[in-house]
Amino acid sequence: MDFTAVLAQIKPKLGCVADNLALIEERIQLAIAAKADLVVFPELALTGYFLKDLVPEVALRLDSPEIRRLVELSRQISIVVGFVEETSDYRFFNTALYLEDGAIRHLHRKVYLPTYGLFDEQRYLARGEQFRAFDTKLGRMGMLICEDMWHLSASYILAMDGATTLICLSSSPGRGIAGETLSSANAWQQLTSTTAMFLNCRVLYCNRVGYEDGVNFWGGSEYVAPSGASLKRAMILEEDSVSALVDEGSLRRERIFSPMLRDENLFVTMQELSRIEQERGL
Amino acid sequence: MTGLTVNTDLLRQVLVGFVRDEVHKVGVKKAVLGLSGGIDSALVVFIAAEALGPENVHAICMPYKSSNPESEVHARLVAQACGVNYSVIPITPMVDAYFDMFPDADNMRRGNKMARERMTILFDHSALLSALVLGTSNKTELLLGYGTLYGDMASALNPIGDLYKTQIWQLSEAMGVPAEVVEKQPSADLWAGQTDEEELGFSYCQVDELLYRMVDLRLTSEELIATGIAPEFIDTIYKKVQNSHFKRRMPVIAKVSNRTIDRDFRYSRDWGK
Repeated sequence: MDFTAVLAQIKPKLGCVADNLALIEERIQLAIAAKADLVVFPELALTGYFLKDLVPEVALRLDSPEIRRLVELSRQISIVVGFVEETSDYRFFNTALYLEDGAIRHLHRKVYLPTYGLFDEQRYLARGEQFRAFDTKLGRMGMLICEDMWHLSASYILAMDGATTLICLSSSPGRGIAGETLSSANAWQQLTSTTAMFLNCRVLYCNRVGYEDGVNFWGGSEYVAPSGASLKRAMILEEDSVSALVDEGSLRRERIFSPMLRDENLFVTMQELSRIEQERGL
Repeated sequence: MTGLTVNTDLLRQVLVGFVRDEVHKVGVKKAVLGLSGGIDSALVVFIAAEALGPENVHAICMPYKSSNPESEVHARLVAQACGVNYSVIPITPMVDAYFDMFPDADNMRRGNKMARERMTILFDHSALLSALVLGTSNKTELLLGYGTLYGDMASALNPIGDLYKTQIWQLSEAMGVPAEVVEKQPSADLWAGQTDEEELGFSYCQVDELLYRMVDLRLTSEELIATGIAPEFIDTIYKKVQNSHFKRRMPVIAKVSNRTIDRDFRYSRDWGK
């Protein structure tokens, strides 16, 4: 079905859950007023990114008042939001929730926690272990959190699991100032476009902005059609909001023109992956 | 030089945004910085003026009696060009009062003292004006250790610490820093006729090329030699970077507890901002 998605390109405050919740609520109300069907927030929208030892302090359980408040708001609009989740066995995850009709429709825990260069996530966070597509009233979706998308298998699994919309929540730092745009922005734009094109899926990419300890987050949230074309893109480095009309017709037409996904041979893939698994002695 | 060439529009946007965001999130509106008449502080004051509005930027020129008079002329020119508040606070009385007690002090001690005298003035004005002190050290000098610890290296925020000198030149030109300042020979101006390149023994172009390949691209020594750089030069610069590393770190703390500051007590500086 056709639907309108708002990508809320916000600037969270580091470690300030109450302030960020207020900011998120404000954007939700704007999206409701604009009659959008879905509003997407960035990775760790409720907390900010370079949390380090703050992780346990800002973590929320699924039954916390903050999450319950967002679940309640999802009676009026579907919501995708990122935060630090604390589980009953005291693990902490970089988690994304899909909220719909007053319920948690799906929960994705970031699988690929970057721990290199300026990233240090695995020091503080536990790893998720699943990529699962899920049904919503807006169609079948899959969620990815930032680095997840840099692993081809993640998007591939979601597409093979039937997702037609891939939602990526991001806190991507900007770096590389030699080219037309930041080289990290350029790399992401190639990635979202190629992923959409290879898998005949649409991509909703929501990145944050602002600075934390001198690191900038570059924004550039975008709606990429199944053709790979970027149809809506938010400003670079500035708070912004973009609204995208996600239409079923273009998905259908793309899947007729370029039926790569139809022709994808899961049997061959599984057979070869199993062989590799055996040969590696996993 | 391709890797050192910058998109000046993009870089300007990132750095202006950085100063605006990081100053405002602390809850202040203003910045203060030392203006030497050289290109690095000139670029920072241009960035700050654009980020905060020139009325919120206070530039202080702090000459010593042996400083080249041209430096003060250039500092004033830069302040006028970007419209910021400008004042001159000579450091001769304080520095001389101290060295009257140590008349045999060499140039290095005197230079360090001057740099630290200027630092105390800037941080005093930080409290006076409710303004953050902006740093003006570039990546080349930070990597080489060509600066005074707790002197010119001290600041609250440094917008240009990730830019090599050759990149400073590009951005300064693009942002309209007066040509006299962009084109003159870089100098620490501690004594008459001093130039950085003469004192260092190599040009900024040479060393930036090497540092970029060594630090940013992480080329091995063999790979660096294969690009035509002399092995002795590589060795000299590698040692400079290594031996000055203490200047780029917090003081070392002896660990005795379970949570030692900066080792296993880790928070971003923007904690709660």
